[in-house]
Amino acid sequence: MDLVQLQRQLVEYRTSLYHEGFLDEQYTQLQELQDENNPDFVVEVVSLFFEDSERLLNELTKALEQQSIDFKRVDAHVHQLKGSSSSIGAQRVQKVCIAFRNYCEEQNVEGCLKCLQQVRHEYSLVKTKLESMFQLEQQILSAGGSIPM
Amino acid sequence: MVLGNDASSSSLSNKNLSVLVVDDDPLIRMLHDNYLKHFGLKPLVVENGKEAVDLFQLGTSFDLILMDKEMPIMNGVEATKALRDMGATSMIVGVTSRGSPSEMQAFMEAGLDFCFEKPLTFDMIDFILKELNVNDDDDTNN
Repeated sequence: MDLVQLQRQLVEYRTSLYHEGFLDEQYTQLQELQDENNPDFVVEVVSLFFEDSERLLNELTKALEQQSIDFKRVDAHVHQLKGSSSSIGAQRVQKVCIAFRNYCEEQNVEGCLKCLQQVRHEYSLVKTKLESMFQLEQQILSAGGSIPM
Repeated sequence: MVLGNDASSSSLSNKNLSVLVVDDDPLIRMLHDNYLKHFGLKPLVVENGKEAVDLFQLGTSFDLILMDKEMPIMNGVEATKALRDMGATSMIVGVTSRGSPSEMQAFMEAGLDFCFEKPLTFDMIDFILKELNVNDDDDTNN
């Protein structure tokens, strides 16, 4: 595939991610922070998000497996996940977190377990999509092109 | 105290502003640090309210403090109260993921100048910097 095609493919892919609600305005702001002085900024922030999220998802799973669930603890983890997902623009993850926190407040175990499943699902979706997009970007850069905005 | 001599609100005068970012989440710290650098600032970054208070006790002062609310050891509300009690005149802007009106009200009452919901945006920082520069103008126009 030639450079122009690759760039077109990237723009289309990125646009679809916004349309489908995987990414929002925040992600655009992240891209604006990336420049020659900070060329890997977006990948670095997103990698931090991946690490953070995976840790939090493990903590959530453990917390919800307990005999007597500490809902405050669960809520604290979801709160963090909500914060970091909204900061990078991972809108669908953020939305599930909002519902998740409501169930925590109600101390609704069923609801929490359902949300945990949902948030895992949304997280793995956005992770795959972001990784695909980064791969496309790498291909463009390796072909000597620049990333279209 | 505000340090800038230049009465205009160009990004040049931003370089004289001292900023502190207080947040327990490393991702948020990295993000806010970069946001502020983008506006020509060089923020100091700490992990919780106590570290902010400790800095102030050592005699460091800041023009602007971005204060998270939920933090271990000392949270944003406690830290803001402590700083104000110690006579801090910095602009303190609360940045929080908890957005209920009563929670934001409680945070404001601790002594904040402004409170925003995360995530921070360019517009919010623009607004904050304009407010800081306005104060700067007031000080230098006699």
